[in-house]
Amino acid sequence: MKRVMGAALCALLAGGIAHANAETKLTIATVNNGDMIRMQKLTDDFTSKNPDISLEWVTLEENTLRQRVTTDIATKGGQYDVMTIGTYEVPIWAEKGWLAPLDQLGPDYDVDDIMPAIRSAVSKDDALYAAPFYGESSMMMYRKDLFDAAGITINGRLTWDQTLEIAKKLHKPDEGVYGICLRGKAGWGENMALITTMGNAYGARLFDENWNPTFDSAEWKAALDMYTNILGNYGPPGATSNGFNENLSLFNSGKCGMWIDATVAASFVTNPKESKVADKVGFTEAPCAATCTGANWLWAWNLGIPMGSQKVEAAQKFIAWATSKNYLELVASKEGWANVPPGTRMSLYQNPKYLEAAPFADETLLAIDSADPINSTMKPKPYVGVQFAAIPEFQGIGTTVGQQFSAALAGQMTVEQALAAAQSGTDRTMRKAGYY
Amino acid sequence: MEHKQSPLGYISFSVFAWIVGLLIFFPIFWMVLTSFKSELEAVSIPPSFISFDWTLENYAEVQERSNYFKFALNSIILSVGSTLVGLVFAVTCAWAMAFNPTKRTKDALLWMLSTKMMPPVGVLVPIYLVFRDWGLLDTRFGLIMVLFLINLPIMVWMLYTYFKEIPTDILEAARMDGATLPKEIIFVLLPMAVPGIASTMLLNIILAWNEAFWTLNLTTSDAAPLTAFIASYSSPEGLFWAKLSAASTLAVAPILVIGWFSQKQLVRGLTFGAVK
Repeated sequence: MKRVMGAALCALLAGGIAHANAETKLTIATVNNGDMIRMQKLTDDFTSKNPDISLEWVTLEENTLRQRVTTDIATKGGQYDVMTIGTYEVPIWAEKGWLAPLDQLGPDYDVDDIMPAIRSAVSKDDALYAAPFYGESSMMMYRKDLFDAAGITINGRLTWDQTLEIAKKLHKPDEGVYGICLRGKAGWGENMALITTMGNAYGARLFDENWNPTFDSAEWKAALDMYTNILGNYGPPGATSNGFNENLSLFNSGKCGMWIDATVAASFVTNPKESKVADKVGFTEAPCAATCTGANWLWAWNLGIPMGSQKVEAAQKFIAWATSKNYLELVASKEGWANVPPGTRMSLYQNPKYLEAAPFADETLLAIDSADPINSTMKPKPYVGVQFAAIPEFQGIGTTVGQQFSAALAGQMTVEQALAAAQSGTDRTMRKAGYY
Repeated sequence: MEHKQSPLGYISFSVFAWIVGLLIFFPIFWMVLTSFKSELEAVSIPPSFISFDWTLENYAEVQERSNYFKFALNSIILSVGSTLVGLVFAVTCAWAMAFNPTKRTKDALLWMLSTKMMPPVGVLVPIYLVFRDWGLLDTRFGLIMVLFLINLPIMVWMLYTYFKEIPTDILEAARMDGATLPKEIIFVLLPMAVPGIASTMLLNIILAWNEAFWTLNLTTSDAAPLTAFIASYSSPEGLFWAKLSAASTLAVAPILVIGWFSQKQLVRGLTFGAVK
């Protein structure tokens, strides 16, 4: 009897050990947006192909996620095996040695198919440190019906001066239509994303070659004058509270003549389930001014592996699955081509089925292709990034400067005062950080 | 001397109280209402009150995406656990301060409360490192310790205020009859302070239930409570209000029910000592 029990115990233990060996649990931190949620729902496809790997999802709001994963990776907490990080974090974290290079994505992965702009944003010394899951730039969405009624036609890429004239014509607050909707909410990823691209278009840059801030330049003055004028006079009331979602609601309910924001918005504004103006939306590139260089931003959500993770092999398998061409086809087969994560793979924009399902595909591709994080300003600059500078200090600087620009929009300070405050505050931060 | 209120004063006070009550209740009402709307209706301007297509799809989606009961169970364990552990320390501490005060007792009480004024993010990294080194990240035990410690000052204050109202003579009489210190606290002090302890426990459970900084930063999946559940439904890109409202309604429902049934004890506990 004892022998039988002993054998049974051994078998149980062996089974347990075998099971423990068989299952590698990957904890994945991600943001809550449609594409990521769709990926969670398609997890079965990955686990059926990799029965020895199980996935645990931790979905968080963007700011919470950023704080959470930054704390974890900086302290080597080891809570996550795969992290969703933006193009701002990737170069900084790769430089600090916090991210594992992605060198086992497999022979079928086709790295060369990743859009060059996005690939350069997530690479260091030609090595990929994160794989893009979806990418976006910025562009203008406009109401074709209102343009037609006002006799406005778009010939070539608009300038900000032309955009101002159009906003004046479309602005009819009595009828519930505002000329233009733009981000006014303060924050480095909110109003600063737009204003920095406006600055680029006017020939400005965040820092000169010696890391001195340049908010005291005439270019910044022209950009901020335009921003406060066009949004303050021809935008919706209370624009200082409006971020992406607020403007999306306004546009979808037919209250914006134009809206310049992320290309990812295109799928929302053309979705009849979400938008009252789904069949009346046109797309064009973001306006230029002195130059078109850097006039539209570049952002991507990417999957990376924290250095020191004990599950790098399994994590790379997962990343290869989630960011592959096959994954796009999987999403298309389950949810339709209009719902595949956009902006990362060139082959998607050569796919006639996708081009047919996504009327905004050409403009999205044009916008992403023209955004270069290395060459995004008219004058030379020392930093990487179109709408941000990929240095750790930028989050704080961007948020503070964003608040000052928001105050200028609200009329609490003049444009000159806001720029002077931005210049002195940024100068202090850069000095403290030892840049000069 | 009894002060008689005029009918006009009574009516105006009632109206004012109702207005304040409705204003406080409105966000909760709106949240529940929004949870039954479609995403488009949730953000439509002007907002629709009752005349919209009522739907349960948000609740279905929330159920499909997240394991609500796992998060709820963690919330219950963390809030009740931290309250029970806190009570052991708070009762003994408040007893010492109420019945055996020294000239520094008041200062000590104020100092305890002042720790609540420190922004938690200031100690995030040190606490995170301690948790990492002790293997407490994403564990219920670790979070119970943190929640009990951050709420301890309030528990001590509430119990201290309550104990101060209990005549010292009764405790002395028990001592004269030969009661040891533990017996004095357990058999004499605690039965007399049951209402105060009940309200302290309830308030602490609510505070721990709603705590959203440490519970988000020190958990990933195993110990994540309902605050993490709600946080997963806010989105920077795309419409999310209806689903977020459904998740929030599910998250606050248990605590609303507890609050509703225990409001008498809560109000009594919170206002005790305010009117003498």
